[in-house]
Amino acid sequence: MVTIKEFPKEEYLLKGHAACAGCGPSIALRLLFKALGNKVIMVVPACCTTVIQGPYPYTSFAVPLQNMLFEATGATCSGIAAALKIRGLEDITVVGWAGDGGTVDIGLQALSGAAERETNFIYICYDNEAYGNTGLQRSGATPYGAWTTTTPTGKKERKKDMPLIMAAHKIPYVATACPSYPVDFVNKLRKAKEIKGTKYIHVLAPCPTGWRYDTSKTVEIGRLAVHTGIWALYEIEYGRFRLNPPSDRLIDKSKRKPVREYLAMQDRFRHLTEADIEKIQQWVDMDWEYYRKLASSECSDLTLHGKI
Amino acid sequence: MAQIIIDTANHIAGYAAKAARVRVVAAYPITPQTTVVEKIAEFVESGEMDAEYIRVESEHSAMAACIGAAAAGVRTFTATSAHGLALMHEALHWASGSRLPIVMAVVNRAMGAPWSIWPDFSDSLSQRDTGWIQFYCADNQEVFDTIIQAYRICEDERVFLPAMVCLEGFILSHTYMPVKIHDQEEIDAFLPPYRSGWILDVNNPFSHANLVSPEWYMEFRYMIQEAMENAKQLIPEIDKEYGRRFGLQYGGLIDKYKCENADLIICTMGTMGSEAKIAVDNLRKEGLKVGAARIRVYRPFPVEEIRNIAEEASIIATIDRHISFGMEGFLASEIKASLYHMEDKPLLAGFIAGLGGRDVTFKTIEEIAKKSLKWMKAGRVEKETVWVDLRE
Ligand SMILES: Cc1ncc(C[n+]2csc(CCOP(=O)(O)OP(=O)(O)O)c2C)c(N)n1
Ligand code: SF4
Ligand SMILES: [Mg+2]
Repeated sequence: MVTIKEFPKEEYLLKGHAACAGCGPSIALRLLFKALGNKVIMVVPACCTTVIQGPYPYTSFAVPLQNMLFEATGATCSGIAAALKIRGLEDITVVGWAGDGGTVDIGLQALSGAAERETNFIYICYDNEAYGNTGLQRSGATPYGAWTTTTPTGKKERKKDMPLIMAAHKIPYVATACPSYPVDFVNKLRKAKEIKGTKYIHVLAPCPTGWRYDTSKTVEIGRLAVHTGIWALYEIEYGRFRLNPPSDRLIDKSKRKPVREYLAMQDRFRHLTEADIEKIQQWVDMDWEYYRKLASSECSDLTLHGKI
Repeated sequence: MAQIIIDTANHIAGYAAKAARVRVVAAYPITPQTTVVEKIAEFVESGEMDAEYIRVESEHSAMAACIGAAAAGVRTFTATSAHGLALMHEALHWASGSRLPIVMAVVNRAMGAPWSIWPDFSDSLSQRDTGWIQFYCADNQEVFDTIIQAYRICEDERVFLPAMVCLEGFILSHTYMPVKIHDQEEIDAFLPPYRSGWILDVNNPFSHANLVSPEWYMEFRYMIQEAMENAKQLIPEIDKEYGRRFGLQYGGLIDKYKCENADLIICTMGTMGSEAKIAVDNLRKEGLKVGAARIRVYRPFPVEEIRNIAEEASIIATIDRHISFGMEGFLASEIKASLYHMEDKPLLAGFIAGLGGRDVTFKTIEEIAKKSLKWMKAGRVEKETVWVDLRE
């Protein structure tokens, strides 16, 4: 475990990057490099990060970066990992860094394949709950009710539960994170780095531009996502499910803030009716009932897989 | 020690990947390509081939994995056919745009709908403008030799482009022929270890293929065009060197047969080229001045050599195992375009034949030749595009 004081001083996300002010994903990027250092080869598909890194001939990343086709992150990482293995360079960490669209929608197949092939890499989905790069259209990770440019009256369907889809691949490590909890995120990355095989970390990354809130509120929104239970911080290590602080204290519903507080801070939810908010609250409560069961010792090894 | 084996072109493609010391293979099965990747799986699992074999979940991922592996510094190989190649389309552009010297065997198969598993060139010719060098082979030996040659050409610093080595499904892919597998040391002497223009390197971090403004994009495209022109110079040189080393060569860009002082030249690609040679011999026996030119390299297109061949001919007949709907066969179009600036150009008759695996034998080609000679005498081509053996 590292504390925030022990974070390395080196910055590998350099000055001059092109993220919007208050961009949650760019905070996560900075933390990623702090956690993993620069012995990293990164694959980035089409997404906001294509823009954030800056245009040719410049880059704001101090690691080698392969920009790649939108749907191909998983497979590209398989190729790089195979090449590094045969060259005897397995001390280099291969990182796939993709948006929610590039992960839960168009890139799901390539990621699923890479995980099933036990590719040795860390895949991070930074989830801003829409297609940011192309102007904020809905994705499979956009939550119920949210405005996007293709759901002008609010999305009618629920968010896909990607971390549990990845857990179903029986990979050694699945975790959720949020840049509002930097110590949690950095330690998860450091743990992932030491495990061989496919590691998947899903980062809820607030996006002021898409979620329509003031750019100064990114960290606060992330905290509220966790404290309302809309987003739970957990990890699944060799099949063992565990809630991480502060989510581990939120199984009791009375400890959770009402989802209304989170929704009210973002204009993308402005049009929600009372009935919508009630529905979202009920879904969150149901998710937590599920997490409670997963966290109980009888369940975790049965539903997932154990280390042999 | 060189060794003669009797095997199918698909297996031979696997032998060639092994002989080229490919380090990463990523592939997905599709008829009639399957036995290429099965052979390689055998080689890798038995330890005969020191390579990582990535069993991807699609052809798009196969090409993406090859791109990743090539970028991370190793020689890569894959193989596919028809729908697999079409699914790769986007990644084909990415590979050439990234200037990665990936080599792929394309086992030609007709595109659906309706489903067909038999050969024509509609799969690879649909990828004409992806920036890949395209070779077309006429027999199993040529498949082996062309794969080896392709790595040498693609990894030349004047080129750094990917290449497809095309072979027709079933006609070659599943047909046994004797093939000389050259001595490994001699192959190693011909083909040095993997080279590429750049590499993902933690000690020298770059952002590869990031956003390029209109200020720069055209220059990157121009460099690919230049690389293609360089490849056009290099391919005949490398083929000659190969001939000196191994005793086998293929005419560089065009495999020409009795083209000197021929009135008619029959232009084909792939196995139709072998049939055309038989047809030429038969027609010559009848006293007809006919020659054959098998276009071995379709991209870069051998414009200058086509002009040289056309110099003495009175008519050219193209046989296309492909149709560009709404136009004509590609070979017909490309040859016409090549001849445009010639003052005294021959007539050109275009024939569409062999789509979806219909046989094109020397007899068919003799008929095509006789029809073309008739038009030559009349001084006029009666029909610009003829569909051969069509049920009407
Ligand atoms: C095959 C293909 N389809 C569509 C696009 C256009 N496109 C580029 S980025 C993007 C959305 C990315 O969304 P996400 O993965 O969530 O990342 P974000 O932009 O939000 O960071 C889309 C639709 C593309 N580049 N390639
Ligand atoms: S749109 Fe959102 S995720 Fe994309 S750069 Fe802006 S703030 Fe960051
Ligand atoms: Mg997104």
